[in-house]
Amino acid sequence: MSDTPPLSITTRKLNLWYAKFQALINVDVDIKHGIITSLIGPSGCGKTTLLRCFNRVNERYGYVTTTGEIKLLGKNIYDPDVSLIELRKSVGMVFQRPNPLPISVYENVVFGMKIHHERSQLTRAALDEAVEKALTETGLWKDLKDRLDHRATALQLEQQQKLCIARLLPLKPEIILMDEPCSALDVEGTRAIEELMFALKGRYTIVIVTHNMAQARRASDECIFMLLGELIEHSRTEDLFLKPRNPKTAEYIEGRYG
Amino acid sequence: MNRDPKTMFTETPLVRSKFRQEAAAKWIFAGMAAAMIVPLLLILGYLVERAWPSLSLGFILDVPIRGMKEGGIWPAFVGTIYLVFISLAVSAPIGILAAVYLNEYAKDNWLNRIINLAVINLAGVPSIVHALFGLGAFVYAAKFGYSIISASLTLAIMTLPVIVASTREALASVPRSFREACWNVGATRWQTIQAIVLPNSISGILTGVILQVSRAAGETAPIMFTGAVFFKAVQKGDLFPYQLHEQCMALSMHLYTISTQVPGVKESIPFATAVVLLGLVLVVNAAAITLRVWLRNRKKW
Ligand SMILES: Nc1ncnc2c1ncn2[C@@H]1O[C@H](COP(=O)(O)OP(=O)(O)O)[C@@H](O)[C@H]1O
Ligand SMILES: [Mg+2]
Repeated sequence: MSDTPPLSITTRKLNLWYAKFQALINVDVDIKHGIITSLIGPSGCGKTTLLRCFNRVNERYGYVTTTGEIKLLGKNIYDPDVSLIELRKSVGMVFQRPNPLPISVYENVVFGMKIHHERSQLTRAALDEAVEKALTETGLWKDLKDRLDHRATALQLEQQQKLCIARLLPLKPEIILMDEPCSALDVEGTRAIEELMFALKGRYTIVIVTHNMAQARRASDECIFMLLGELIEHSRTEDLFLKPRNPKTAEYIEGRYG
Repeated sequence: MNRDPKTMFTETPLVRSKFRQEAAAKWIFAGMAAAMIVPLLLILGYLVERAWPSLSLGFILDVPIRGMKEGGIWPAFVGTIYLVFISLAVSAPIGILAAVYLNEYAKDNWLNRIINLAVINLAGVPSIVHALFGLGAFVYAAKFGYSIISASLTLAIMTLPVIVASTREALASVPRSFREACWNVGATRWQTIQAIVLPNSISGILTGVILQVSRAAGETAPIMFTGAVFFKAVQKGDLFPYQLHEQCMALSMHLYTISTQVPGVKESIPFATAVVLLGLVLVVNAAAITLRVWLRNRKKW
């Protein structure tokens, strides 16, 4: 590679404590823009915690302390002029269990827009257009265009998860964080979500947590291995799996930790 | 092969003993269920039977005559509606909004937990204690005197903790993942509450409030100390017979009066009064259940 892509997420000496328990230890990470980066490691190693740092949602728990620096697109997200609301608007999150809101498909997709705009700024036509665009991008339009008024919580799990991705798109996020987005899905659903990730790649920085190593291998360009709150290795996915630099990484990918 | 195929699937003594236990358990549980329901039905049947000679729409709409020995119960009926309505108009908004604050905004720290504990304990305070508080606070200290206002506020204080507790429970039953979904697209707490939390807990909240109607309607002590009277002359069928600063009659109090204080009341009248009170409560509860079912069917997750 001649010109390195710009960095999307960088952290320096990132430490995080849940009360007295240190869940992240001196994490330095550089995640590149426009590619898919996967985050692997045994359960409890802090993958979810790290992901949740990037939109500062950990702070919802009162007992969390964070030190160190986190920059998104070069901007320190702990700067005093950073609005959490705007931050979370540009950094979308997809969860382990699909969590569409208990309202219609249509309302789910426009939920974010309605939250971030005055009522008067949104025309029906603009909303309709946004819904069609987001659902088309996520491959749901064909299936759901006649069921836009159906309850999102009644959809199949795979559609629910795609919808959770679709509802981020109208907000034009820079970064999409996914926390084991396929763990509630079957093989078909998993493949569909992976294809969707490929389709979205380039425009968005995607960070995906997975404990499925095959998925990390298939679906990501770069891979980060974490262990007990520390970042052990970060390299191109092929390199990490074929010639890991750190012996701990090698042990993990050979299946020696659970 | 270590088991004889001929007897492999036949009953063993152990299986027979399990069946006996199963049957015994079933009969004990059924017996307890009957022990609960039968007395209720007997009470209801007995009440209605004894009340029968007096039961009619006229009984509700008429005023008592001849020193409350005959006639109807209109002043008490309207009085109860006044008290219940005003007390809930005060306690429901305060209770619901306070519960929203405690559940959605306040940090989960020791103070919040102590408040929660206090609320739960307050919900169990005997009504006579509320009555004394109401007497001191509203009748004397606030100088409302013996009045509908004092009695309603006392009932409001009595129902408030239960409304807070039931509302909190309804709010807490909305899955956390919905809230997280909202926060992660940058919704504020108020936007989250408005768009997701309240619509999904409204059925539980309303049920909790409506169930307090029966409590407010049934309690005697709090209103006896603060604003209910034995008798008040009222026009038959008058919908607005009372002023807020006046005392009023109430069904529970009236029932107490005519059953214990007035000699020579026509025998069926106390029973009919009880049936009306019971009927009022049943109607309100049925309404609560209907509302709940209707709202339930609209939300599915
Ligand atoms: N909300 C929390 N409160 C306290 N400890 C937590 C919380 N969330 C996670 N932890 C702890 O932090 C560590 C890392 O958790 P997590 O980031 O969820 O791991 P992973 O996603 O890699 O399985 C675990 O030991 C876990 O017990
Ligand atoms: Mg996790």
